[in-house]
Amino acid sequence: MFPFCFEWAWDIGHAIFFGGLWYAVSILGAGMTYCIAKAAYDTIKDDGDSHH
Amino acid sequence: MDSALIPEGAKRCPFPKFMLGMAIVGAVLLWGVYAMFLCWFKGLNQTNMDDYYGFALWIWADLAVIAVGGGAFFTGLLKYIFKIDELKNIINFAVIIGFICYSSALLILAIDIGQPLRGWFIFWHANVHSMLTEVAFCLSCYFAVLTIEFIPNILENRQLNKVSFFHHLAHNMHGVMAVFAATGAFLSFFHQGSLGGVAGVMFGRPFAFREHILIWPWTFFLFTWSAAAFGPCFTLLVTKITEAITGKKLVSDKTVNLLAKISGWMITTYMIAKIIDTVYWAQVTAPSMGFTLDHFYSNNAFYGYWILFAEIIVGGVVPGLLLIFKKTRENPIALLTAITLGVIGVCLNRWVMVLQIMAVPVMPFDTWALYIPSWQEVATTILPVAYGIMLIAVSYRYLPVFPQELELNKPAQATE
Repeated sequence: MFPFCFEWAWDIGHAIFFGGLWYAVSILGAGMTYCIAKAAYDTIKDDGDSHH
Repeated sequence: MDSALIPEGAKRCPFPKFMLGMAIVGAVLLWGVYAMFLCWFKGLNQTNMDDYYGFALWIWADLAVIAVGGGAFFTGLLKYIFKIDELKNIINFAVIIGFICYSSALLILAIDIGQPLRGWFIFWHANVHSMLTEVAFCLSCYFAVLTIEFIPNILENRQLNKVSFFHHLAHNMHGVMAVFAATGAFLSFFHQGSLGGVAGVMFGRPFAFREHILIWPWTFFLFTWSAAAFGPCFTLLVTKITEAITGKKLVSDKTVNLLAKISGWMITTYMIAKIIDTVYWAQVTAPSMGFTLDHFYSNNAFYGYWILFAEIIVGGVVPGLLLIFKKTRENPIALLTAITLGVIGVCLNRWVMVLQIMAVPVMPFDTWALYIPSWQEVATTILPVAYGIMLIAVSYRYLPVFPQELELNKPAQATE
């Protein structure tokens, strides 16, 4: 659920539950984004090196 | 036929033999899938649940697989956060077992809700006063963590690893695995705890109800502790079974003994806390609600004091003691006995905390509700076991799961 949903309430329950959920999802998302982006960069770099 | 996919240097059984094994287990899996579809299409009337007894057999299986799957988060915590490098030899397998356990738990919940297409409601229409909402959040996120931890092992498959991008991705994921492992430990602590925390709000069920520290009942900590303590026992037990089936040594004794020792101390300390909790509940909590201990273990055909003894002494104190002493820990039979009893003990604990609480009469006019599951419940409970066996078989065949396999089987493989 997001804060723009009609069921949302700015209370401690929503803050703890969804704060925790988004915190965890953000870490996983950022971690995977970093790994995929770096793998793409490394792959391109490898391909570039192999042409020389 | 599939030799190009098998890890380099590793010996595997012929492909037809492998497929025959998969077909046999696959038949059991299909039986479970059939029962699952019956529950989805015909409804939960396929089970023997009713208004009085609202927990099917699979809820016990759900809590049991989550408990024994705790080996993944705890081994990951020890390997990546506490830097116990020796555990690198078993961490892949611990992750696969955790992946199987948690995907099974989610599958069971998908069956249990009866309307799996509405599964997303728990995120969108969340009840933020429910511990089970937190469990659903943490279970889903932790399953994502286990998937992330499993991916590098898949990408290390002999053929996939030839693809440059996959090779780099696996390498990079290993590099930041500590972040994922820490997130997994955080999520596990809360969902294992919250499953135990349910007992703290069951005022109407004196058999389950426990006192609190702030908002957390004692069972919150006991569930997390027991998952961390007994989870490695399950990892070791499945490792031993895999070794017996493959006829190979897959993990060194040094690694096994180290994990067994850690598990032993965790079990022993957990059992001290569990015994204190049980004595306090029996002497103070239950009497304050008008019940004696005898009430929970008499006047019925199944639940006697034997189950309390089996859970605490046979499945708790005995494996704990067998694992903390070097002499018994390093004896293969004693080790196997200890890890088997440990797994039975934690499963029995979840049985008691899920099914016995529903069976105990609460009102003066109530009688014991001894529940007999329907065949659909039994089939859907066996389904994850068949799925687990198949995934382990496929992973063992095609992935470099055990880094020590070649080294430990050198003489044997040289003669083949």
